[in-house]
Amino acid sequence: MELLYLLIELIVKCVVVFAGLMIVVAYLTWLERKVLGHIQVRMGPNRCGPYGLLQPFSDAVKAFFKEDLIPERADKAVFVISPMICIIAAISIFAVIPFGNQFTIPGTNWVVKLRLADIDVGLLYIFGIASLGEYGIVLGGWSSGNKFGLAGSLRAAAQMISYEVALGLSIIGVIILSQSLRLTEIVSAQAGGFWNWNVWYQPVAFVLYIICGLAEINRTPFDMPEAESELACGFNIEYSSMKFALFFMAEYAHMVTMGALAVTLFWGGWQPPHPALGFIPGFIWFCIKLFVFLFFFIWQRGTYPRLRYDQIMKFGWKVLLPLTLVNLLITALIVALKG
Amino acid sequence: MIIPLLKGLKVTLGYFFSKPITTQYPEEKIPPAKRWRGIQYFEKDERGKTKCVACGLCMIVCPSQCIYIETAEDEEGKRYPSTYELDASRCIFCGFCEEACPVKAIFMGKNYEWVEEKRDVYLMTTERLLEEKANNP
Repeated sequence: MELLYLLIELIVKCVVVFAGLMIVVAYLTWLERKVLGHIQVRMGPNRCGPYGLLQPFSDAVKAFFKEDLIPERADKAVFVISPMICIIAAISIFAVIPFGNQFTIPGTNWVVKLRLADIDVGLLYIFGIASLGEYGIVLGGWSSGNKFGLAGSLRAAAQMISYEVALGLSIIGVIILSQSLRLTEIVSAQAGGFWNWNVWYQPVAFVLYIICGLAEINRTPFDMPEAESELACGFNIEYSSMKFALFFMAEYAHMVTMGALAVTLFWGGWQPPHPALGFIPGFIWFCIKLFVFLFFFIWQRGTYPRLRYDQIMKFGWKVLLPLTLVNLLITALIVALKG
Repeated sequence: MIIPLLKGLKVTLGYFFSKPITTQYPEEKIPPAKRWRGIQYFEKDERGKTKCVACGLCMIVCPSQCIYIETAEDEEGKRYPSTYELDASRCIFCGFCEEACPVKAIFMGKNYEWVEEKRDVYLMTTERLLEEKANNP
């Protein structure tokens, strides 16, 4: 009986998290267009429903009814699989993100923990899956039999290799501080108010994480793989209909995950910013912090121009990597000296 | 290097909270300029008919040759256009017809919103041009 309940709980959580993530992704596209519009002193989508709130559904319907083209010279199997790889990787990262503490179902003593999987190598899992998602982009660009697509996917591969190193190194400081790869323990280590959050102990790592994270999710100013102006959309140039929509959703889901991970690692996860604010559920705090990050991701997109390709590579290897190494050394030194 | 980036963020945030300058077109419209040349209309005389005396100057001056006139005389011996056709789909809204008209019969209106599914609807006759006066108070 216990096992059955556990199974039911797991399935319900899976469905809720998946649906929630999809809704967040859908409305993130709306938010992005709206925020970018207002940054550019225009309205953004406002025709579909009040404030354009039905826009994501209209986009979905459009994507469904578009013609699904597969180029003649494409490697068909890989061409079809690569958007799936992208979306699966982007969604499955969310499995280990703790988006709230636990609560007891009223009337029973059944404790529901607000995370899908609490594995002890959570961070490792995230980075493994995140790099897997990049295969979708590389294979998608390569298999479409298009020069622009190929160039885009080559750029994606190079960029991933360059920035994944710095991204991984930037969070090792956090791991040293909290002595764990388990995300829930990292969050618990930051309990007791905003002054305990890792962002105050690892400010450099936080900034580096944001920069590398933006590069990792191929977002402006690092959106080299799909540089519209020179590559005409890059790796997804031959994709249409739902296949393109899957790439699009994967990108936004990945963005949500990057934001959620930033919240978990540096902003204390579901912990309230002050112990006195503990009466508000942790889930709400998590959402508020996540929103701040998502807004920042969109805001900076409306601000910064795209970097040139060689600048990105130079910046990754000559600036970010040394900085992360220095940050790591200093953190390790301080922790070792403190005993 | 960091300060300019933060300045950029500040600028965009300022614009984010400023009011959009968009005019929501079908609901609100910017009134056309004072000398705007839109769809033509005919001025009426005291009898409610067209002032046009069918001199044919507009037909001659029209660069896109979209005006066609057939002349007739009424019982008082006054000339009037028995056929006046202005093909609005060919008109380039140069306003020469208005300038050439010696009796101030044809004018460039202010209306610019005219979409039809068929071409022949764009062929404006005397009646249609007189109706168009209603759009130009």
